[in-house]
Amino acid sequence: MRKLITILLMLPFVVMAAGGEYKLDEAEIDLTDSLSLQRGAKNYVNYCLGCHSAKHIRYIRMAYDFGIEEEQVLEEIAPEGASIYDTMHSAMNGHDAERWFGIEPPDLSLIARSRGADWLYTYLRSFYIDKTKTLGVNNAILKDVGMPNPLWQLQGLQQAVYRNISGKEQLTKLRLIESGELAPKEFDRFVNDLVNFLVYVGEPHQLERKRIGKYVLFYLLLFTVVAYLLKKEYWKDIHKKESTWGNLR
Amino acid sequence: MKSKHLADCGNWILKRFPLAKLWNEHMAHYYAPKNFNFWYFFGSLALLVLVNQIITGILLTMNYKPDAKLAFDSVEYIMRDVNWGWLIRYMHSTGASAFFIVIYLHMFRGIIYGSFKQPRELIWIFGMLIFLCLMAEAFMGYLLPWGQMSFWGAQVIISLFSAIPIVGDELALWIRGDYVISDATLNRFFAFHVIAIPLILIMLVFLHLVALHEVGSNNPDGIEIKESKDPFGVPVDGIPFHPYYTVKDIVGVGVFLFFFSIVIFYMPEMGGYFLEHDNFIPADPLATPEHIAPLWYFTPFYAILRAIPDKFAGVIGMGGAIFVLFLLPWLDRGPVKSIRYRGGIYKKALLLFVISFFALGYLGTQPATPTATIFARIFTVIYFGFFLLMPVYTRWEKTKRVPARVTHQPTLEERIQDLKRLFDEVTVKKPVKTAEGKLVLKRKPDPDGLKKAGIRIVKKLKDSLD
Repeated sequence: MRKLITILLMLPFVVMAAGGEYKLDEAEIDLTDSLSLQRGAKNYVNYCLGCHSAKHIRYIRMAYDFGIEEEQVLEEIAPEGASIYDTMHSAMNGHDAERWFGIEPPDLSLIARSRGADWLYTYLRSFYIDKTKTLGVNNAILKDVGMPNPLWQLQGLQQAVYRNISGKEQLTKLRLIESGELAPKEFDRFVNDLVNFLVYVGEPHQLERKRIGKYVLFYLLLFTVVAYLLKKEYWKDIHKKESTWGNLR
Repeated sequence: MKSKHLADCGNWILKRFPLAKLWNEHMAHYYAPKNFNFWYFFGSLALLVLVNQIITGILLTMNYKPDAKLAFDSVEYIMRDVNWGWLIRYMHSTGASAFFIVIYLHMFRGIIYGSFKQPRELIWIFGMLIFLCLMAEAFMGYLLPWGQMSFWGAQVIISLFSAIPIVGDELALWIRGDYVISDATLNRFFAFHVIAIPLILIMLVFLHLVALHEVGSNNPDGIEIKESKDPFGVPVDGIPFHPYYTVKDIVGVGVFLFFFSIVIFYMPEMGGYFLEHDNFIPADPLATPEHIAPLWYFTPFYAILRAIPDKFAGVIGMGGAIFVLFLLPWLDRGPVKSIRYRGGIYKKALLLFVISFFALGYLGTQPATPTATIFARIFTVIYFGFFLLMPVYTRWEKTKRVPARVTHQPTLEERIQDLKRLFDEVTVKKPVKTAEGKLVLKRKPDPDGLKKAGIRIVKKLKDSLD
């Protein structure tokens, strides 16, 4: 019986399977870094908005959350002609997009919540040349994705490095074979800003949520202490009659 | 002058409505055993979560759109553009998981202290019906955000009905109102989620409480306090529910809300367990997610479903896993109620059951690999074994003598001294040089003490299983 119980207790650790996937790099997310968010927003408009909407975020919300003037958002971030009350809408027509790429580019409002920041950070830096694809590129962590590399001019071109792992050819690394406009470190920062912005877009209220949380928890702590003292006061009479407890054991 | 008018008004009502009588019967003169412990908080907490769900639910319906084209976006609209919408939504989504945590603990309390046994069988039955309603409520509510997991989870579960011979396909079609999950399904699930099931739920909670107050609460000793009364007919081990348990439950509410708020404000997704990552992608009938898993509170039953090779048998198994709980009052043939006086066999069986419940819950979240399936089968057998063998092993085992009156167990407060002693035992004071070169005594963990204390605790745990 005892052995059985020990085995059962150990089970969850045994069953957990280890996945041998392409390793994700860690993004540095800091939503208090307004400048990073502004750069990310600007980059999003320049490099992503052509195809991908983020229809759940308004420009005015950004002005408020980044702590900058509405005019500044319109001048520096929003595409020309956008109103401050607009959401981030792509000008691309969904039907055309489907003809061109085989799939309508998804809205990215919630992409950081479904994929996670690290995944996005790795994904955007993991395109490599693949001549067999119509778009000429493939991605190391989302194989056969129907998306061209929008950042190739900045990043340069990468080549896949394969290694033979237990009899299988596996993509283990990407090698830069032609440098782009940005040095690798600058490019990483560029993508990091973009991902930081996407994490913000996923839940614009998250900083406010965490800020309010402190006060709520502090209040609840006080409340619980007072409630406990009240309980203790009331229960005094019960404990006084301790002699009536039937401790028969 | 004014206060006299107020009193007149009050009297006018009291003459026409038995407010005082109701209050006395259910609060001030409702005698509850005085030895309730930690496990007895979860009844009132369940009520609190129910109220939370109803209030936040009402607020959510004010902006939610039950329409396959609009539903997903309307949820995001609530999260972003509605004032405090994010808080209301998180309270509702976290509340759903909290409801199940509280209810599972509440049910477990019933199992360890024999609260389902004679004369409280009906309370247990009502409680199980509430549990059933809650599962339907949660399942239908989960479709409403219209994310990928909402859609495909519902698709998988409703397709189970088609496993029923002869009428299956027609039945699934009838439930969905379409050949796949669609706008029609969303609309009817909305109707059930916000009106039909909550109504039944509230009615059942009412019946659960009426039945409870008729026979009186059980307690950790499993003794009927009504059997020893004072000359005035008041149970000697009973105390009025109000004010004693109202003030006590408020402390429980404070502690519960503290943890509840940590989740709401700091981890509303709970690592994908309370809000699944894939549910942030709008429902797409053409793209099946790689791995479809129900929310955590259904996973034990989902694991049982998958463990059984035949689909229809799996459905029966899953349904049986819940139905068998209804039979608990009659499966248990033990002469004592509380686990304190039960024999070792029941305790070990219960431990195995708890392990298998958690393990099934874990396996239900994982992809069904061949190894995982084998383990799921083993745990399924243990799960059913606990219930179906109960008539045998509860009759066999030798129970301990039950005292006539409720006993006093040391409370956390009374254990503070012991805890201090334990802390002294497992730590050792060592002189440490600070940056300024001063010698300061610092507490460090003491390996010997830790080992000794560990061995003692394990021994105690082992003894408690006999």
